[in-house]
Amino acid sequence: MASEAEGGSPFNIHPMDQFVIKPLFGDGDITWYTPTNATLWMGITVLVIIALLVFGTRGRAIVPSRSQSIAEVIYTFVHSMLVDIAGKDSVKYFPYIFTLFIFIVVANIVGLLPGSFTTTSHIAVTATMAMAVFLAVTILGFVKNGAAFLGIFWISSAPLPLRPILAIIEIISYFVRPVSHSIRLAGNMMAGHAVIKVFAGFAGALGLGAVAPIIAIMAVYGLEMLVVVIQAYVFTILTCVYLNDALHPGGH
Amino acid sequence: MAVEGDLVQMGALIGAGLACTGMGGAAVGVGHVVGNYLSGALRNPSAAGGQTATMFIGIAFAEALGIFSFLVALLLMYAQ
Repeated sequence: MASEAEGGSPFNIHPMDQFVIKPLFGDGDITWYTPTNATLWMGITVLVIIALLVFGTRGRAIVPSRSQSIAEVIYTFVHSMLVDIAGKDSVKYFPYIFTLFIFIVVANIVGLLPGSFTTTSHIAVTATMAMAVFLAVTILGFVKNGAAFLGIFWISSAPLPLRPILAIIEIISYFVRPVSHSIRLAGNMMAGHAVIKVFAGFAGALGLGAVAPIIAIMAVYGLEMLVVVIQAYVFTILTCVYLNDALHPGGH
Repeated sequence: MAVEGDLVQMGALIGAGLACTGMGGAAVGVGHVVGNYLSGALRNPSAAGGQTATMFIGIAFAEALGIFSFLVALLLMYAQ
């Protein structure tokens, strides 16, 4: 089987093929309005979220049903995370944080379905979210605190000679935030899915004797289920940390 | 002996392989964070629950740099 792949890669499946964006209809050029597989899976993500939250909260029973329990658990989880990190006065930004969390977690889990497309594995998607967070937090910091927001770069608890050096480091790390914020999510998604595809390539090359690669795929898949939720959690919790910086720049 | 083929491609692929050593650094960093969290949590289990979020933030910062090396490898392999 492996000998059929002549000249090129020894794998039957190229691990990066799953991230190619294709038009849904025909083979034309991709412009900004072309419906692609990314559009399709993002739409499916939104439909899953709507189904979960609308049908979950429709009954409003005292003793919750299963779907209502899931919706309530996610809601209280994000709410307590926001209040713990960014304080009680940040609750009015809860809709945005909750939207981010549920979109990322559902997009990641939907992307794990075999044959699906992971929208969050594309830096275009995650960078949009990270830049939105960065701009929102920066504008919010200046609106709430005025010029005092610049105090997060001037660490008054450090010795005076160190402060200019720390200020430079703080400024660099502040502007690296959207980069690392977006690449962390996209890179994790891309790496995990590529690992699964590499093992799938081994399984395809071995044919019938592919017990070990298939067990490895199952193990990596289990790990990925953990990773997708943790990455959504990390993205949201870092948004909360940045929000806390904007709301309370003194409490560094 | 003359080298045949695309030298730039060869250099890029070697560089991509070298970039993967950055993963080891991320592994050391994440292991350090979680190991210290665990040893602290076993000494004082009552304070452990409140610090889980901090642990995840630390993991995220340590891991981001490993992801950067993965990104460098990807750029070397595909973005030429």
